[in-house]
Amino acid sequence: MDAVFLTFILMLSIFLGFELIYKVPATLHTPLMSGANAISGITVVGAIGLAGTGQHDIAQWLGAGAVALATINVVGGYMVTDRMLAMFKKRGK
Amino acid sequence: MGATALGIQLAYVISAALFIFGLKLLGSADTARKGNLLSAVGMLLAIVAALLDQGIVEFQWIMAGMLLGGVIGAGAARLVQMTSMPEMVALFNGFGGMASLLVGAAALGAGDNNTFILVTIVLSILIGGLTFTGSLVAYGKLSERIGSGAVTFRGQQVVNSLLVMAILGSAVMFCLQPENSQWLYAIIALSLLFGVMAVIPIGGADMPVVISLLNSYSGLAACAAGFAIHNNILIVAGSLVGASGIILTQIMCKAMNRSLSNVLFSGFGGVTSSETVVEGEIKPISVEDAFYILEAASSVVIVPGYGMAVAQAQHVVKEFALLLEKNGCEVNFGIHPVAGRMPGHMNVLLAEADVPYDQLLEMDEVNPRMENVDVAIVIGANDVVNPAAREVESSPIYGMPVINVDKARTVFVLKRSMASGFAGIENPLFYKENTRMLFGDAKESIAGLVRELS
Repeated sequence: MDAVFLTFILMLSIFLGFELIYKVPATLHTPLMSGANAISGITVVGAIGLAGTGQHDIAQWLGAGAVALATINVVGGYMVTDRMLAMFKKRGK
Repeated sequence: MGATALGIQLAYVISAALFIFGLKLLGSADTARKGNLLSAVGMLLAIVAALLDQGIVEFQWIMAGMLLGGVIGAGAARLVQMTSMPEMVALFNGFGGMASLLVGAAALGAGDNNTFILVTIVLSILIGGLTFTGSLVAYGKLSERIGSGAVTFRGQQVVNSLLVMAILGSAVMFCLQPENSQWLYAIIALSLLFGVMAVIPIGGADMPVVISLLNSYSGLAACAAGFAIHNNILIVAGSLVGASGIILTQIMCKAMNRSLSNVLFSGFGGVTSSETVVEGEIKPISVEDAFYILEAASSVVIVPGYGMAVAQAQHVVKEFALLLEKNGCEVNFGIHPVAGRMPGHMNVLLAEADVPYDQLLEMDEVNPRMENVDVAIVIGANDVVNPAAREVESSPIYGMPVINVDKARTVFVLKRSMASGFAGIENPLFYKENTRMLFGDAKESIAGLVRELS
């Protein structure tokens, strides 16, 4: 049952993603991509749970490595997107 | 479900809403910055919620990982040059993929492993692994650390098919014998190899498609990892990213008039030019003569390509456009969807040089006006302005929508030499009656024009 429920969520969010992204103009495709990239760093949430079990087994070390990599993705992604978007200006401003 | 667990789930719901709202605001240049900020707040909320989980008894390794990742990420984001954005996004994609691989592998030890969980673990390792090595290869190609051309060899498709079968075989064996870790290692190794094999046959000009696709994979890998550890927020956020990458991929493919499978498997960048008989002669022009024509022009369209990025010419181009405007000329930029090495690459470069975004016209906006344009200036672009896409049925790019600069009264092409473009296709534009070639480094040529104009 759980699997069905999760698949249901998956289906709805994919459709939502399509609807949201289709309207983004070409000008913003690079920031969109790096912003989306930052969101894909959400893996950090899963990695946190695995890195803090205190079991000192291989799963914990893998989790800690995943935390580091996903954080690069999150912090770098959001910061560089902001840096880019700050440069977009309208005529006459 | 305890009160804390419930609170964590609710926090995830709010952060999902923030991601969705943030992506919605990213759809317009006026609100995009706010959208990105909202999405970052959503991420922060999700991370804080995850840290409150009662299963966590030890924080030092989490903190160490976050500190290390944060310093590297922040450093890279501040230091990267705008011309190098494609490589950096590729690299970040790869890290995201690797993180999902590690989470998938770690989830194996975490508890009840029914077949459904095992399948999702395989998927997160597989997609994460191929995203990681695929992105590294893309990074190498984009930063020209390795040759950016397509690498093809005899029997490539046979090798790739065998690889896919080996992956499927190990995946089945892994699900049947999860306690036997050799199948796990086999899947990891094969998926890493598969990422390399999938990206090497793709040429540099097709990189916008590859980056979009890898972007999508990094989301799908997070999504699979979410299934493996039963985490809703991973599934929601991952699939949003997956969907966004797929749409960008589709837009890029459409802009090149090619199917996705054609981009992925044909090794297009390595195809040598087909025989097209081009009539006419090359007519070079000096900076001085170009200046006289520009001085009299009342409408100019500038079409930039990857060459402008390589020459770092965006700032001098902006200065040039300003001087033309002062001279009473209307200046616009025509941006082809696949100009550059990632979607929207040219827009970011010109934004960096302070060109207002409403001066940047998309291909469909600029083409109808082309007949009233006095001078179209092509800076470091080639295939995206190639009229062979309209005229020469035997051309490999026939049918690809291009910016019709040849319909302008005069065309200046800034080009280093007569070598053909990235795709190795002859460009009849250079031989047209109304085309003048301004040979030399694009930045120096524009700087020369700026000197004449000021």
